Amino acid sequence: MAISEEQVKHVANLAKLSFSPSELAEFTKQLGKIIDMVEQLEEVDTQGVAFTSNVNQTINVMREDVAVPGTAREDLMKNVPEAENGYIKVPAIIDNGEAGA
Amino acid sequence: MEKLYDKSLTELHDMLAAKEITALDLTKATLDRLKETEEQIGSFITISGEKAIALAKAVDAKGITESNPLAGIPIGIKDNIVTKDILTTAGSKMLHNFNPIYDATVMDKVYQADMIPVGKLNMDEFAMGGSTETSYYKKTKNAWDQTKVPGGSSGGSAAAVAAGQVPVSLGSDTGGSIRQPAAFNGIVGLKPTYGRVSRFGLIAFASSLDQIGPLTRNVTDNALALTAISGFDEKDGTSAGVSVPDFTEDLTGDIKGMKIALPKEYLGEGVQPDVRTAVLKAAETFKALGATVEEVSLPHSKYGVAVYYIIASSEASSNLQRFDGIRYGYRSENVKNLEDVYINSRTEGFGNEVKRRIMLGTFSLSAGYYDAHFKKAGQVRTLIKQDFDHVFADYDLIIGPATPTVAFGLGENINDPITMYMNDILTIPVNLAGLPGMSIPAGFSEGLPVGLQIIGKHFDEHTMYKAAYAFEQATDFHTKKPVILGGE
Repeated sequence: MAISEEQVKHVANLAKLSFSPSELAEFTKQLGKIIDMVEQLEEVDTQGVAFTSNVNQTINVMREDVAVPGTAREDLMKNVPEAENGYIKVPAIIDNGEAGA
Repeated sequence: MEKLYDKSLTELHDMLAAKEITALDLTKATLDRLKETEEQIGSFITISGEKAIALAKAVDAKGITESNPLAGIPIGIKDNIVTKDILTTAGSKMLHNFNPIYDATVMDKVYQADMIPVGKLNMDEFAMGGSTETSYYKKTKNAWDQTKVPGGSSGGSAAAVAAGQVPVSLGSDTGGSIRQPAAFNGIVGLKPTYGRVSRFGLIAFASSLDQIGPLTRNVTDNALALTAISGFDEKDGTSAGVSVPDFTEDLTGDIKGMKIALPKEYLGEGVQPDVRTAVLKAAETFKALGATVEEVSLPHSKYGVAVYYIIASSEASSNLQRFDGIRYGYRSENVKNLEDVYINSRTEGFGNEVKRRIMLGTFSLSAGYYDAHFKKAGQVRTLIKQDFDHVFADYDLIIGPATPTVAFGLGENINDPITMYMNDILTIPVNLAGLPGMSIPAGFSEGLPVGLQIIGKHFDEHTMYKAAYAFEQATDFHTKKPVILGGE
């Protein structure tokens, strides 16, 4: 199965990535080949075969509900690109147009 | 002082315990060695010299005794393992400025063992790649031939050990990322059973496949390092509550009666003649040591690569959603609104291989393709796992090549994703089944090392080490050195 540029654009949108027109063409070609490769699985009979998502047999791991010291707020903010008054700062959610963020 | 960089971990320990050298001497010698060799090998993204010196002094003050075999030993850490206050990039521009505020559980264990981390090792971006060429930072060279790739994604971890920069390193293996570079660099690399080593603080690529493991220049050193980093961790819900043996116990060289399987699919098309010959010779060596080696079949292993690229990419597309430019890491300057922060930070911060995997994973999980891709892959994964179960009902170990070929040239496969992916065809099934696998030196082809893969039952690394040790004692491949380590 080949994949179209339109589909690649749609997937990029889901994944919050953007591609220039030339990148889009290249990715469409490469993804198409990779999808052809993975679609060889169609030849395997999996009627009634269980699905494996994880080889670990454990379902839930519980711990005692005991309060433990948390991480200092100051530490949590150390890697934040932009902060103000102890909050993470981001641009306006709605586009401000020419005024910028 | 005599040169220390080609000594094994146990030799160094003996010198430290006998007070012939101090941890500070060894750390300084290691940092000097890095200075001398780093331009040629390029295995480190960050060297944490000052911290290493301070730690070495503290370890000396505490004293090194025979009961702590790893105390004072320098170690290199793959850069997807988070290290408190030491830059951790995962080989990506996305994390070019990320200084973790906590340590991975394996780092807690490294510090508890009084080991001295000297820096962070180069890798394919977010561990996606088989040559370390997708790193945003630098190209790492194969220790044996600097025109060849070191393998990947733990290319820095393997090259650093093979070139004598450090005696031991930690890597991570999602589809072969410890075993393939260990094979390409002629060293010992082990991916533990899924759940043996905590993944807490390992920057997630594919959570159902990832494992951290050690790379060393011999089997005993590897067993020592795995003993130190293993164990249940309440911070990792998939870590296993099984006891951790001392993996160095019982390395006697005696493997009489051991039952070894050799899958015919692992010697099939695409495996270089020299690699095949080395594996067949290894089988003869095991027979001469008193083991039996018989041909078996793993009929679904040929689907491993297809299953892997769906499952690993799907998990990656989910795991890598967290990189959004908001709380840490790269944030694009080129933004007008919040949506721009997400899209532009990700578009500018991720490299092409990471984008390919995110795209494939998102596609495989998207409406209309989930059943044909993700669900189908999970079912074939069950069949691959059952193939192994059948063989392990009758055998103790499986052997085969670690890689179909020896190290390829820098730049040779980087623009051909499928050829690059096929490189992992012999290692991937092990991750899909959650089994332990290792690569040990088993020969040479035109001067480049060949790796023998040994696959064990779940939580039976002990038997793998036993066989690997016996093989090492019976052969001299591990004594051959690359030129940079004093070889000819």
